[in-house]
Amino acid sequence: MENQHSDSPEVTFQAHHGDTKAVVKKILRTTLLLSVITIIELGLGYAIFFLHKDPNHSTGLVLAIKGVIVILSLAKAFYIVSIFMHLGDEIRNMIMTIVVPLLLFVWFIGAFMWDGNSYKNLRNNYDPHHKQQIEEKPTNKKPVEEHHEDAQKPGAIH
Amino acid sequence: MAQAVPANTKWWSGGKSPFNLEYGKLMMWYFLMSDAFTFGAFLIAYGTVRMSSNGWPDPNHVFQSAPFLGNGLPLVFVSLMTFILIVSSVTMVLAVHEGHLMNRKGVVKWLIWTIIGGLAFLGCQAWEWTHLWHEGAWWGKIPVYEGSHFLNANGSVPSTNFSNFFFTITGFHGFHVFSGVIINIIMLIMTLNGAFDRKGHYLMIEKAGLYWHFVDLVWVFVFLCFYLL
Repeated sequence: MENQHSDSPEVTFQAHHGDTKAVVKKILRTTLLLSVITIIELGLGYAIFFLHKDPNHSTGLVLAIKGVIVILSLAKAFYIVSIFMHLGDEIRNMIMTIVVPLLLFVWFIGAFMWDGNSYKNLRNNYDPHHKQQIEEKPTNKKPVEEHHEDAQKPGAIH
Repeated sequence: MAQAVPANTKWWSGGKSPFNLEYGKLMMWYFLMSDAFTFGAFLIAYGTVRMSSNGWPDPNHVFQSAPFLGNGLPLVFVSLMTFILIVSSVTMVLAVHEGHLMNRKGVVKWLIWTIIGGLAFLGCQAWEWTHLWHEGAWWGKIPVYEGSHFLNANGSVPSTNFSNFFFTITGFHGFHVFSGVIINIIMLIMTLNGAFDRKGHYLMIEKAGLYWHFVDLVWVFVFLCFYLL
């Protein structure tokens, strides 16, 4: 089922193997998959919520759960791009022109998270005020007239 | 020695496209890649500032309200928003599919559902922004008082960085949803006018679809960075 494109005759495109039922089935299967992944993510989100209620919760466990959530989100992104956006059906070279530049994110995320963490440590070492701030508790009560513009205390700007 | 070119040679009209893609669709892909870098830069800036802070508000305490249901419900409202966007992405892919089959009625039906989904998402976001604004959060503002659920996880005074990043990034995403809805409405009008039947193909719906799916894709990461982590 190859159609010639009237405007751009160099482009051939097929109605995705022609089998309508198979295409719709694939779409619905992907929908189900995305929904299930989202529900698992929500479950893990609630797990973090309940872990936080315990003041002595394990930071490592929370971090591990967050890692799993990140991986599940990447899986969702893969299915949206590959199935819904049909990138998986394109020619390999074309896929590479999109995916390879995005690999910059690996460096981008790693370098900037490292930098942020280093900045925090440097300031905690050399700026006593910055370190004290984390002990600073609010002393004022909740404003009575919440909806009134003047009653909204602007937050401390650090 | 360069060859002489006969008059009216159309360099780009002969042979086969190496990517077997129409020009507009390929350019939409490259636009989306650049837009991914824009969103990525925003989210990485947010991550860097969060990493460099000693304390940060707990999203499960900040986003804990839903309309008609009240407070103390973390993740409930935002999961509704996430599902709305996933479903509208599905209806869009079905519209694209009907376009492949040259079925105008099917395209119209699924486009209308996609537009409704987009408007529902925007309505949810408007509710959430209004709610946070009433609580005292806005650009440069974060509610600080004893027992405020915007306090850092250890109960200390939070920085306005939290609200600045939240409103900027969800606002930028919301603007993409808004423009996506406008594009889809234009596609609906063109479909109803029979513009694509006259052209002989529904490639324009595919391009609008790519943009719409990208909006859903970005939400996956906004949802991850602001509500789950």
